[in-house]
Amino acid sequence: MLSIDPGLDTLPKLLIHNAATRGARPAMRHKDLGIWQSWTWAQTLEEVRAFSVGLSELGLKRGDKFTVIGSNRPRLYWAFCAGQALGAVPVPVYADAVADEMAYVLAHAEVTLAVAEDQEQVDKLIAVSDRLPHLCQVVYDEPRGLKDYDHSKLIALEDVQSIGRKKLAGEPACLRQWEESVAAGKGSDLSVILYTSGTTGRSKGVMLTYQNTIISARNANAFDRLDEKEEVIAYLPLAWVGDYIFSYVQAYAAGYCVNCPETAETVVQDRREIGTTYAFAPPRVYENLLTLTMVRMADAGVLKRKVFDFFLAFAGRWGEKILDGEKVPLGVRLLYRIGDLLVYGPLKNQFGLTRIRIGYTAGEAIGPEIFRFYRGIGLNLKQLYGQTEASVYITAQPNGEIHPETVGKASPDVEIKISDSGEVLFRSPGVFAGYYKDPEKTKEVLTPDGWVHTGDAGFFDPKTGQLRIIDRAKDVGHLKDGTVFAPKYIENKLKFYPNIREAVAIGAGRDFVCAMINIDLTAVGSWAERNNVVYASYQELAANPRVYDMIARHIDEVNKSLAEEEVMAGAQIHRFLILHKELDPDDGELTRTQKLRRGHIIDRYSPLVEAFYNGATEAQIATEVTFEDGHKGVIAARVAIRDLKTYPAPAAKMGRAA
Amino acid sequence: MRAPSSREAALGEVLLAVEDVSLSFGGVRALTGVSFDIRKGEIRAIIGPNGAGKTSMLNVVNGFYQPDSGRITFKGQVRKSMRPHAAAAGGIARTFQNLALFRGMTTLDNILAGRALKMQRGFFWQILRYGPAMREEVEHRRRVEEIIDFLEIAAIRKIPVGRLPYGLQKRVELGRALAMEPDLLLLDEPMAGMNLEEKEDMSRFVIDVNQQYGTTIALIEHDMGVVMDLSDRVVVLDYGRKIADATPDEVKRDKNVIRAYLGEPHGVSV
Repeated sequence: MLSIDPGLDTLPKLLIHNAATRGARPAMRHKDLGIWQSWTWAQTLEEVRAFSVGLSELGLKRGDKFTVIGSNRPRLYWAFCAGQALGAVPVPVYADAVADEMAYVLAHAEVTLAVAEDQEQVDKLIAVSDRLPHLCQVVYDEPRGLKDYDHSKLIALEDVQSIGRKKLAGEPACLRQWEESVAAGKGSDLSVILYTSGTTGRSKGVMLTYQNTIISARNANAFDRLDEKEEVIAYLPLAWVGDYIFSYVQAYAAGYCVNCPETAETVVQDRREIGTTYAFAPPRVYENLLTLTMVRMADAGVLKRKVFDFFLAFAGRWGEKILDGEKVPLGVRLLYRIGDLLVYGPLKNQFGLTRIRIGYTAGEAIGPEIFRFYRGIGLNLKQLYGQTEASVYITAQPNGEIHPETVGKASPDVEIKISDSGEVLFRSPGVFAGYYKDPEKTKEVLTPDGWVHTGDAGFFDPKTGQLRIIDRAKDVGHLKDGTVFAPKYIENKLKFYPNIREAVAIGAGRDFVCAMINIDLTAVGSWAERNNVVYASYQELAANPRVYDMIARHIDEVNKSLAEEEVMAGAQIHRFLILHKELDPDDGELTRTQKLRRGHIIDRYSPLVEAFYNGATEAQIATEVTFEDGHKGVIAARVAIRDLKTYPAPAAKMGRAA
Repeated sequence: MRAPSSREAALGEVLLAVEDVSLSFGGVRALTGVSFDIRKGEIRAIIGPNGAGKTSMLNVVNGFYQPDSGRITFKGQVRKSMRPHAAAAGGIARTFQNLALFRGMTTLDNILAGRALKMQRGFFWQILRYGPAMREEVEHRRRVEEIIDFLEIAAIRKIPVGRLPYGLQKRVELGRALAMEPDLLLLDEPMAGMNLEEKEDMSRFVIDVNQQYGTTIALIEHDMGVVMDLSDRVVVLDYGRKIADATPDEVKRDKNVIRAYLGEPHGVSV
């Protein structure tokens, strides 16, 4: 395992180091009252130290657990470091967690102190306070609305800092004590517990040491040559390992500046004002930007639209080659320059991506069209694959070796192997120290020789040598004839069509694959408007034969593309239907993070599933639904089922497969 | 939530008193002998069926209409004749039922316009944007940014209000009225045409304005639920006459009010 300088093996030590070596460089910015406020590394140290001493006065000590709840604000990031300087362990919670989920995590982690952003979070804490016997102090950042609250256990963050400042000014020994407390921290100490939300069961607390996170961050910085001149914007949940590593550990390790947006809605404008150089976003962020652009372009004048369409098609053909530094004809290079002037440059400027050197997408599969679009206009978008248990990094794509369908090569210091059952395993310095208070679960995932079961099924792509993830391992099944069936892989292919919002592929243990589709009401609705299709509700639009035709064409394309892949060719979709209602978390069909709850859906729609396999061309279904105000009703419908054409796998590939 | 009894005690002195005010347009009597008062720090609702004279009442308070008879006392001073700009300078701000924003201007500029009366420096100083004028502008901008933060409209700061959805325009208009730092804020149907979520947002802002800035608020509203939740005291008008003046709970049970709302033949069907 790599060793790190014992003087720089914890985050508070890194902060002191940064304040000493690059004290005048910006460490953090926050847009407040319309103006960017910044803090240098030296100022950050002062703020964190005052906060830290204040927390110590409130009773926070080594080994205590404390929580941080809220959106991306400098003070909440400082809270991490302020507590860690005392040897306490942060346990951040998702700001949108309902009080009940919050109570579970905080009780399980035995949290004694909470740093909450505002009234909303304080209210949640108060609501569940009787279930949190250990919680004895709540610190809040935003005083609005909290004036009249009982302040016996409640204190403003500013007041905590001024307690700290007073103490530091009054007692000369205090500074030395604080620095000793920082020096007492070791790389092998527990630095953070991050709770991961599972699709099944209660969430688990992933314990990461300083070493885990700092070595991972160092390696990532070296891999992409990130230095103190980078600018990033912090807008992803604080409690998520990605934000913790990108916006905190990597920033402290490289000394770069983290920018906090004004509000969640202003991220795009704020990003544009800062001109970030390094970006990380789940695919939906890129999808939303693109959809917004396309909708606006549809309203543009004919000339503008023509120019836009021409250059986008041109970028699709040549942009990636230019980005990867391949040889292209001079004329192409010239025309691309013109396109850059007219279309690509302004587009990137609108997105706030002009200065981006590297952009990552992870978390979910990204549509190849979207991926190619951004790369085509000259954005170096790459994929990575990671997990909380790995301190993020397992694989990443090196510059110039980008393929939309793979997730890259093993990150530095990471070893990967594929088990006999097809599951991806890894071993790295970032491997977590176990699940908090759950040795059973830890044993299931972490082998004695340090390998971690990711729970994902994947394989190394023979063409590129990069890892490809097909699905969650437990979801991968087989058809009756033994063909591999990876439902999510198929569903993702379907969902890349804007008209398809959700898809459920069924086939495990069956003769062939079928799919249930949810259309996207916005996309299909706008198509209906343009094509004079009249409809009154989702149900009516979903049942329209012309909508069926359109979806059938999409699935036909998916089948063609499945046929080209030797592993998946047997899993083409034979029959499909469009569901009469949208899948909804209120009905338990999706999780709150919009992931399918497959088992529940198949049970709920069993008459439809049956009809798929008994050859019926339509089926009657009645489902209970929960309306937004909580009352229940029943939706009944006759749903049509269509057959589809399938394609033979190319003979050559068949030969190789056999 | 709010405890009405403790608030009752906390209510301050009379800020505005309307005594025996009548108003007619030709032969139509809009208001007949209406009297009520608004006390410092309270949220006062004026309700009534369509055409009861609510907006007319607000327009009288605001100085837009001159009452035919009666007396209006504001901050202890009896007003004889009053123009809207004088009312504004005196500390009365209002929003309108059908919005009155500068549609081509941004949210920021619209709210900044609310500070016009507070600008000390003259036109030429403003053009120069130098020295005291500059400092003054910075100060005004800071106040406007606080309001933007307060109303959570940072994301639309630079967008022309004509392009905003209705609910947000209403919020911008509230922002402009707040920019005047009024003693009395008149809201003419602040929730009209809003969906449930927007109404809840708006209600929260009205309460927050009242609590945070201590602004006295008089509001006209149709939505009875909103009125009952927000207001400390309610005046009920019907056909230009005051038929009740009490706490929300009492008004809900008042026979005259029930009759006015649920209908009794008046010769006109509502």
